[in-house]
Amino acid sequence: MSGPMRDPKGATVTFSFDGKTYQARAGDTLAAALLANGVGHVGRSFKYHRPRGIMTAGIEEPNALVTIGDGGRAEPNTRATDVFVYDGLIARSQNRWPNLSFDVGAVFSLAAPMLGAGFYYKTFFGSAKRWMFYEYFIRKAAGLGNAPTKSDPDRFSQRAAFCDVLVVGAGPAGLQAALEQAEAGKRVILVEQDSILGASLIRDPQELDAAWAEGAAARIRAAGGRILTRTTASGYWEHDLVTLTQRLSEPGEVPSSGVTQRLWHVRAGQVILATGSIERPIAFAHNDRPGVMLSQAARTYVRRFGILPGKRIVVATNNDDAYKTAQALQDAGAEIVAILDARPQFSDAAAGAESAGLPVWTNAIPSSASGARHCLSGVTAIVDGQSKSWKADLIAVSGGFTPVVHLHMQAGGTLDWNDAAQAFVPAASRQNVTTIGGAANPDPVFPVTPVSNPKKSFIDFQNDVSLADVDLAWAEGYRSVEHLKRYTTLGMATDQGKLSNMAALGRLAEKQGVSIPEAGLTTFRPPYTPVSMGLIAGAGAKNAGAHVRRLALYDVHAAKNPIWQPLGYWFRPRAYPQGQETLAQAALREAKEVRTGVGMTDVSTLAKFEVSGPDAAAFLELICATTVGKLAVGRGRYTFMLREDGIAFDDGTVWRLDENRYLLTSSTGGADRMATHISYVRQYLCPQLKVSAVNVQEHYAGIAIAGPKAKAVMDALIKADAPRHMSTVPAEIAGVPVIVLAASYSGERAFEVYVEASHAASIWAACEAEVTAQGGCLYGLEAMEFLRIEKGHLVVGGEVDGRMTPMDLALDKMLNKAGGYIGATGLSRPALAEPGRRQLVGLEAISGDIPEGAMLITHKGGSPHGHVSAAAFRILEGGSVALGQLKDGFSRHGEELIASSPTRGQEARVRVVHPHFYDTAGERYRD
Amino acid sequence: MSRYSALGLLRGALNGQKHWQPAWRDPEPKSHYDIIIIGGGGHGLATAYYLAKVHGLRNIAVLEKGWIGGGNTGRNTTIVRSNYRLEPLHNFYEFGLKLWHGLSDDLNYNVMFSPRGAMFLGHSDADMVKLAERGDAMRCDGIDADLMTRDEVAKLEPLLDMSRDARFPIQGGLIQRRGGSARHDAVAWGYARGADSFGVDIIQKCEVTGFVRDGNAVVGVETTRGRIGAGRVGICVAGHSGHVAAMAGLKLPVESQTLQAMVTEGVKPMINSVIMSQSLHCYISQSDKGGIVFGGDPDNWPSYAQRGHPMVMEGAVAQGLALVPALSRLRMVRTWSGVTDMSFDGAPIIGETSVPNLYINGGWCYGGFKATPASGWTYAHTLATGKPHPLNAPFSLDRFERGATIDETGSGPMPNSR
Amino acid sequence: MMQITCPHCGPRAQSEFIYERTVDSVVPLDAAPEQAMATLFARTNPRGVDEEIWRHTYGCRAWLVMTRHRVTNEISATRAVGPEALP
Repeated sequence: MSGPMRDPKGATVTFSFDGKTYQARAGDTLAAALLANGVGHVGRSFKYHRPRGIMTAGIEEPNALVTIGDGGRAEPNTRATDVFVYDGLIARSQNRWPNLSFDVGAVFSLAAPMLGAGFYYKTFFGSAKRWMFYEYFIRKAAGLGNAPTKSDPDRFSQRAAFCDVLVVGAGPAGLQAALEQAEAGKRVILVEQDSILGASLIRDPQELDAAWAEGAAARIRAAGGRILTRTTASGYWEHDLVTLTQRLSEPGEVPSSGVTQRLWHVRAGQVILATGSIERPIAFAHNDRPGVMLSQAARTYVRRFGILPGKRIVVATNNDDAYKTAQALQDAGAEIVAILDARPQFSDAAAGAESAGLPVWTNAIPSSASGARHCLSGVTAIVDGQSKSWKADLIAVSGGFTPVVHLHMQAGGTLDWNDAAQAFVPAASRQNVTTIGGAANPDPVFPVTPVSNPKKSFIDFQNDVSLADVDLAWAEGYRSVEHLKRYTTLGMATDQGKLSNMAALGRLAEKQGVSIPEAGLTTFRPPYTPVSMGLIAGAGAKNAGAHVRRLALYDVHAAKNPIWQPLGYWFRPRAYPQGQETLAQAALREAKEVRTGVGMTDVSTLAKFEVSGPDAAAFLELICATTVGKLAVGRGRYTFMLREDGIAFDDGTVWRLDENRYLLTSSTGGADRMATHISYVRQYLCPQLKVSAVNVQEHYAGIAIAGPKAKAVMDALIKADAPRHMSTVPAEIAGVPVIVLAASYSGERAFEVYVEASHAASIWAACEAEVTAQGGCLYGLEAMEFLRIEKGHLVVGGEVDGRMTPMDLALDKMLNKAGGYIGATGLSRPALAEPGRRQLVGLEAISGDIPEGAMLITHKGGSPHGHVSAAAFRILEGGSVALGQLKDGFSRHGEELIASSPTRGQEARVRVVHPHFYDTAGERYRD
Repeated sequence: MSRYSALGLLRGALNGQKHWQPAWRDPEPKSHYDIIIIGGGGHGLATAYYLAKVHGLRNIAVLEKGWIGGGNTGRNTTIVRSNYRLEPLHNFYEFGLKLWHGLSDDLNYNVMFSPRGAMFLGHSDADMVKLAERGDAMRCDGIDADLMTRDEVAKLEPLLDMSRDARFPIQGGLIQRRGGSARHDAVAWGYARGADSFGVDIIQKCEVTGFVRDGNAVVGVETTRGRIGAGRVGICVAGHSGHVAAMAGLKLPVESQTLQAMVTEGVKPMINSVIMSQSLHCYISQSDKGGIVFGGDPDNWPSYAQRGHPMVMEGAVAQGLALVPALSRLRMVRTWSGVTDMSFDGAPIIGETSVPNLYINGGWCYGGFKATPASGWTYAHTLATGKPHPLNAPFSLDRFERGATIDETGSGPMPNSR
Repeated sequence: MMQITCPHCGPRAQSEFIYERTVDSVVPLDAAPEQAMATLFARTNPRGVDEEIWRHTYGCRAWLVMTRHRVTNEISATRAVGPEALP
């Protein structure tokens, strides 16, 4: 590699590679900076650990992959060609041990004759455990860089935008298009993945005035257009939505704003793709060595970065573009030792080069590169059928140009074959997208058939896939392009096949004896270039994308430092421990207080719907499987709801507040589902009904007061008479209107007070004062669970698990005999009445404590007949009791079973009983 | 069929790997087969393999409209496990898991099944009870399952975020140690090679366009390569079951939805098991190549597009990063989508249809890949005998209208609520 | 991500909407049991155009019917449903 040829006055920055410090010029890519410092060997390949250098100057780089940065900012597998050097940048080589120049893994290269395509499939037999033994070493050898082990200190943000025209790519075509659209009054967004605008103009500034790009950009901005650099259009989705990934700081760099990357969702009226093309390599033996570089990349290093990547250079080409490279390299002081042109005839460019004194060989195809350990020393070619060699330290290759059609194809577009360019170009699309510039009109080329030893002629550089691997896959019958890709791992590397796809298709077509378009093409899917996971997640990475719904009484609870319990998106107090109490101790104390005195709890999260209008009862009799119409004003009753297939999916209570006004409550966990169900029935199924069904879940906060002294509390709180069990009265507490329901989930005399959520804290305080005056306490979900299990009440998500019918839950006596409710027809499905269904039972421990979730078995080693859905204790007397589902359980009362939990090493002997353990006569509801 | 072995590879090293034969033939379709299987995915190929191997049948064809393994076999997250809560499901998948453990040897094709452990994380006491219930149900039926403490989870997967104040703090887990992952493409190829060696005709680029009927009964298929007669025809085209069944006038309890997955650039080993969650809907594992394989919920609306929705992916990745923050700087390099048959109870359908001689295998929801051996085995039994194997008897097509659904999540007949 | 035209709000991102069910799955209230179960469980699920019920859940919350191609995602129509849309 040559030394630097740089502007000594440029600002310098300091970076390190593998621990050694170097200087670079601001604006350099890491690849440019390494070349400028004479570092040509940058990485090791994936499979054979072959030494690899810098092949490209762009996002398609397969070889020069490094880890950038430290700690939680470390970015493995970063393309050195796609990171701009900043002061303090730390880069490390990958996939080598102990170091880059001496890598033990290179022994894989010796075994290469055995390790061709698909070798894994043919060996390592024996038990799965034996495969895991080999796999351990295979996994260690695989992968490239190391992932960080620390959390990411930076933020990723997301933004949505709309525009009339989105232009992707700020080369001459893209700039021109954006300029025209912006000056025609369109809202334009122009994105460019590079840090500066111009694309091909940067390496070929003579083709348009270099200042033209800057002038065009200024005019686009002046016309209101937005230009985003370091921004890649990575995905094209439905209805012209394009995702952009924008780098606000370089890999590993501390972002000044705290935000390192931004993801844009842009909905565009029209998309113009000016994405250019990617130069193709040529397959020849050892074409993966450091010192083999794409022609346009070599030109870019000279023209953009002022770096001469070699001194004695061979240029190999099948097109005219590479002559510009030869000229640029020669102008910069390199010696062009040969131009190998695959075309049989001199083109104008070739003739021009020859007349300018450059050594042009036609009908010349490179066959191999030779070299010392990590650099190039010579090139051999077949010229007119004869082998010919040159000493060289760089070979600049151009095998033609592959238009960047990825976004077009992601948009659902089809492709046409352009035979002159030997390339697929965009054809029709059902979305509003057009492609312009080099991506639509690639330069003509001459098709090159490789003349080299296929085993060492690589087409997928990173994954070490050679022409011989393609040949082997073909021979073994993996002949569709997808089979080929999957069998050889071709195109599966971090460069996503950008360099390898066309070479593989060419070989496949050659084998099949068909043209390339007949051989097929794989589908391009997002992303166009790899996208950071943190960017995809955005702010959601902090909370798994799950918001928290805060109780109206959150602050009131938090002041008491409860144990919290997640319930859907809510967090509710599970218990309010005092002193050193454990959860279980606190919950038992709270439950005992409810059984013997009075307790209060927050039930605000219950689903609540206000249903009103002349057809309110008719509507409710669709939603609820129980009768509603006969309910007297001021009365309420228990109810449950069925899915259309007849399975119970929620339960609650329904209250007739007024002649045509009802309040329906249902479970917290099912609240959103119930809201959708009610809305569906009202809006879609029964739009003709005269009814309003309003979700008032968060409109009302709810407080339950339960226990033998609950009535005394109520009497002190409201002027009206406390309602009888399953009755309701409107009332006032401290001048605030409330709804008081007498309903009990605990088995005790109990009330629920509903109040507009904005008054929740003051009403809570008023209730708490009276409860405290009666010697009572607060109770949480755990105590509530104890109380309801002992009473045999159901819980949605427990006994009501989405598989049980009303018959299974012994609720069938309450079904509306007139039918007509949703689920009535589903309930008549024959298998729902067959024997063998799981049915609700109570379980009483004979010995041991019943583990919740345990299986019910008849004997050790037996298959489960059911399970324990909820377990608790008799609150006052002690003793383990539970609710469960048991096959044909109704007819098995009295039977002894084992409640077995092998995963916890617990079991209890249980007796099947009626699922009500407390006050079966319901006397405690009465005053 | 030339056997695969390390010795063969060594011999190949000397001759330039030139002695290998095609893994399967490329035959012309015959005019009649005893059994035709529509769909050359893993399930169809496994069915053909077991029809030949277990039932001794030979006159069998697998018809594939594209290239074998090109549907959901090659578009999943390669997870293999049998840790289901409900008996019919875990018994079926466990039968399959046992086959997985000997599959590479049986097929003489390394499917790289790696039982590294399939772990569900629990994030609350309620989650842990649900996990114990699932584990207990499995253990009582003789299937391995172990609860894990927080510390055990942290030890197995050191990169999990174990902080107590996480949105979904990790309290423990349930692991099935015999579960893991496999190389998906190899499963299709291995079964194809095995079936081919018994004389099964695997016919690619042969799309079925209709059924040949004699009265109500199916007696063959119309294809893009002509009419082919058959004694019995088995549909095995999950994702497109409704489309093919419609050719026979059938409607199915299935909605086709897109399920996306993705993989990151390869890195050195960082994830040791298959990580799933009781409360979140993402699953994470690391492939042998080093890529972190990621999946989540389906796009919850009907689609045959094989293209995903970016926000569904963003949601799944957010969940994954909440669990494993160290994934933040890795880069997603590839995404793919499969069209899945979302059945109306979340369980598969394997059995007869109301049309004589026509059978169906579909409705796999998310669970198709891991089921491949068991699905093939039981479907082969059904096609060979005309009667269900005891393991697939519960998965009959008529169970929905009869009321005998097998609803693991209890979500009912709307797949988007699952 | 599609762009869906809400009959009330105009074109909006798909992320504001939730798919609920297909029109062909709607069980009429007066359906006989066998017909009801066939409607619920036997779906056409076409690889082509279908009518679907969506809801503008994170917008105006209205229900709508959308005619959409399942492969191309081309939306040929959306229409309002509910009491206000009654003839």
